Amino acid sequence: MSPATTSGLPAASQGFIAHLGRRSIEAGRALADVRTWLPLLANQMRLVGVDSVPIALFIAVFTGIVLSLLSSYIFTGTVPLYFVGALVGKTIMMELGPVLTGMALAGRVGASIAAELGTMKVTEQVDALETLAYDRYAYLVVPRVLAAILMFPVVTAFAMGVGVASGWITSINLLDLTSPDFFKGLKLFYRFKDIWFGLVKSASFGGAVALMGCLRGLAAEGGAEGVGQSTTRAVVLGCEAILVLDAFWALVLL
Amino acid sequence: MITLENLTKSFGSRLVLDGVSLEVPDGQNTVIIGASGAGKSVTLKLIVGLIEPDGGRVLVDGEDVQELDREQLAALRGRIGYVFQFAALLDSMTVAQNIALGLVRRGHGQAEIQSRVEESLKVVELSGTEDKMPSELSGGMRKRVGIARAIALKPRYILYDEPTTGLDPITAAVMDQLIIRTRDLGVTGLVVTHDMRSAFTVGDRIALLYQGSIRRTGSVDEVRASDDPVVRQFIEGRPGPALVQPTLRRSVG
Repeated sequence: MSPATTSGLPAASQGFIAHLGRRSIEAGRALADVRTWLPLLANQMRLVGVDSVPIALFIAVFTGIVLSLLSSYIFTGTVPLYFVGALVGKTIMMELGPVLTGMALAGRVGASIAAELGTMKVTEQVDALETLAYDRYAYLVVPRVLAAILMFPVVTAFAMGVGVASGWITSINLLDLTSPDFFKGLKLFYRFKDIWFGLVKSASFGGAVALMGCLRGLAAEGGAEGVGQSTTRAVVLGCEAILVLDAFWALVLL
Repeated sequence: MITLENLTKSFGSRLVLDGVSLEVPDGQNTVIIGASGAGKSVTLKLIVGLIEPDGGRVLVDGEDVQELDREQLAALRGRIGYVFQFAALLDSMTVAQNIALGLVRRGHGQAEIQSRVEESLKVVELSGTEDKMPSELSGGMRKRVGIARAIALKPRYILYDEPTTGLDPITAAVMDQLIIRTRDLGVTGLVVTHDMRSAFTVGDRIALLYQGSIRRTGSVDEVRASDDPVVRQFIEGRPGPALVQPTLRRSVG
């Protein structure tokens, strides 16, 4: 057990709180440096969001296909088949849309950020920025994290739409389902909360993925091997963060 | 003036600097020579506050670097240009954007920035390369852009980390001339190198960093004439036991 300090808290806990406090101060300072990060935001939004749409839609198409076939298999002979629309819609909007999109982007965006920042770190480009009086967090971290928070929901929204459409097309072509029945099921249990719940989760996933990428990248050491290790770690941590946040939001908002 | 007072720095159990004291006079090029791993680059990074010393002080124009708040440190860094060993140009930016980076930070206008970029590229004889990416440049050209980025800020001091390492003899000589030209413009230079030819060419004063501290300082002629066996071995490039750089261990207790 850690020795207690005069405040009564174990020394390890005090150290962690102090560390968290310092990081929070650095984060606040970086966020306040709008002059540095704002000009970089638009480009990061393009890299994080626009360039990620193809992979997100690819995943959404097949998610919609599998969900409609799976729900048909489950519901046939038990409940009316139009429940396929309900399951496809609810699942994609509330869970698989944000989570699968988030996981795909953790691999794409998280790895890209970690590799870029890691390479900058080991080639002293980060040091160069600091010698030019830039705050590394304001220049490198804030625009990427903010871009991800803003763009993950946009990409997820596209994925939701395409996923549901894919499920609909699969249902009317491969299942014994008509369009009116599919949409009847889709509207059956629909609430607006289904959509914003998914998008709020998605924004938090974006922030976590980008933050993991940035922090692991800036911690890279030792050349190419170090950058590789940091990149791998960033992706793993990003995926883990998504799962934890997924459970958190379900507990808090549902 | 830059003054190093009894600097110590360890990385883990490895003691790199063990009481380094040195004065860098204004208007001159001071060269720190030493074996690989002696702590030369660490010394430079301590001066601009990229790393913190374990003990001792770094004074720049009378200010203790460790005592500066963020704004003061930023102001200090505006007075010190830093030329990294491998230039450390930002890969995603053109030559012009790299040179302009520090000027943008300081809030200079577009016209002023363009003028300084052109002027700096002219000094390093790379006019016309504004739109090139760092990957399109040779190693020597990248280093020259690194110098251009430093001098664009019109600093009082420039720190050069191994400016001629990895360069062919002709390009190295060009680099030496640039360092001399920059000094002649009134900029105080601190060069760390193990290239003795370059050290004797650009240096006004030379200091040998050995086993974590400054073993000898003096003018070029004084160092050339030194009868210290370690100095002689280093400047003559003779292998042998005297310059096997032992890994200094931090004493415990």
